[in-house]
Amino acid sequence: MAKSLSWLPALSVIAFVAWSAAAVADGAPSPERQAALAYLVRQDCGSCHGMTLKGGLGRPLLPDALAGAEAEALAEVILDGIPGTPMPPWRGQLSEAEALWIARALKQGTIE
Amino acid sequence: MIRSRSIFALVLLVLGLPVGLDAEELRGTGDLGIVVERASGSLQIVDTSARRSLGRVEGLGDLSHASAVFSPDQRFAYVFGRDGGLTKVDLLTRSIAKRIVQAGNSIGGAISDDGLLIAVSNYEPGGVRVFDAATLEPVADIPADYGPSGARSKTVGLVDAPGRRFVFTLYDGGEIWIADFSGGDAPQVTKHRDIGALPYDALITGDGRHYIAGLFGEDGLAHLDLWAEPPKVERILDGYGRGEEKLPVYKMPHLEGWARAGDRFILPAVGRHELLALDAASLQEHGRVQVHGQPVFAVARPDGRQVWVNFAHPRNDTVQVVDVPSLEVIHAFEPGPAVLHLEFTPRGHEVWISVRDADKVEVYDTRTFEKLAELPMAKPSGIFFAARAQRLGL
Repeated sequence: MAKSLSWLPALSVIAFVAWSAAAVADGAPSPERQAALAYLVRQDCGSCHGMTLKGGLGRPLLPDALAGAEAEALAEVILDGIPGTPMPPWRGQLSEAEALWIARALKQGTIE
Repeated sequence: MIRSRSIFALVLLVLGLPVGLDAEELRGTGDLGIVVERASGSLQIVDTSARRSLGRVEGLGDLSHASAVFSPDQRFAYVFGRDGGLTKVDLLTRSIAKRIVQAGNSIGGAISDDGLLIAVSNYEPGGVRVFDAATLEPVADIPADYGPSGARSKTVGLVDAPGRRFVFTLYDGGEIWIADFSGGDAPQVTKHRDIGALPYDALITGDGRHYIAGLFGEDGLAHLDLWAEPPKVERILDGYGRGEEKLPVYKMPHLEGWARAGDRFILPAVGRHELLALDAASLQEHGRVQVHGQPVFAVARPDGRQVWVNFAHPRNDTVQVVDVPSLEVIHAFEPGPAVLHLEFTPRGHEVWISVRDADKVEVYDTRTFEKLAELPMAKPSGIFFAARAQRLGL
């Protein structure tokens, strides 16, 4: 225990470096990135799901419609798509943290 | 100034004169058009000869994916909103003549060949509703029920066909229906079943003969020959993807606007960085064109010599021009982020291009490719010129 604790400062540094890198590549989206993601959801997801997210060729993405689904499961759908339907995988364009942020924001109805 | 103008307009209104034009402004509408500002629920009425905006019309609701058709006299635009709104807009007075919300969720519409009926394609409730073009009073309701359980399908690819007919496709049901209003306001509906999986859009050729539905769920297209007796659906371009896994599709291609270009049809392939060229007579594959990204619109210049193409996210900042005889990309340029739509002037000398994220519409010479004008617009999407009134299927 003591031994592992002695590593803590070093770990913190590593964690911080990792976190900084992740903030760019894979971490919680920055405020600017959040704005860009919200715009992507409205404008590009909106081409199938409706700009107001009330549905189109794709299903509605409003909080009521998503109430039965976990955010993590929705993030997986965003990342991997739904085979056999037009829902495409966004992995490669969105990180896992970004997909999760979008899923949570959709469930909360806070996509501006 | 604006105030005095609106008082002037009010005086005209009281006098029973048309608002927005006086004797000096007396004009036709053949070179007018509309640009959809989708985020703000507004339109700009544009003059394509002067390459300028004449003004804005507001209050059209949710205009994401909005489209429009025009009355035969080219005075009125019928605008189909996503929220089920059907708005009749007077291009001369630049005002809303009539507006209804006829469904919960809609996708485009059509006007009958006699100009008397407006049909709207609905996702919710799935089916087609038909209205009187003058009053927007309801004429007919055609629920898109399919299968043994009577499930209701979203409808797509609604077009007009000669003989007071509308043709449309059931996205969930995989059927093509013909609603024939030649006998009056109660349509005769003919259903073609099992046309293929997930037809996502359709078009009709300018001669009213070929109705073609793109299939998202299968590697091919469904073709309905309306000249055949009786009309019959056949598969064309079967296996054009050659069984290869298609790329993820970030925006569904549109088929409306792909047109006969000389002796060929050029259309966007789904999930591929390709255009497909079909022989117009045999409907067999004639060739392919490798392009910059997944095509969304592939629109033939009215003379058919060129096809202009825009692309899906994330390659949607670019437009390419294909020379039809050689099937070569002869020009490419980047108008800006999110090129959503393009519309040619009726004789094809100029093209208008909406660049959503740059909040502008650009006008280009189609021979020199020189930019001729830039018009500020708020998140512009669809561009529709009144000359569509004289073309079948648009």
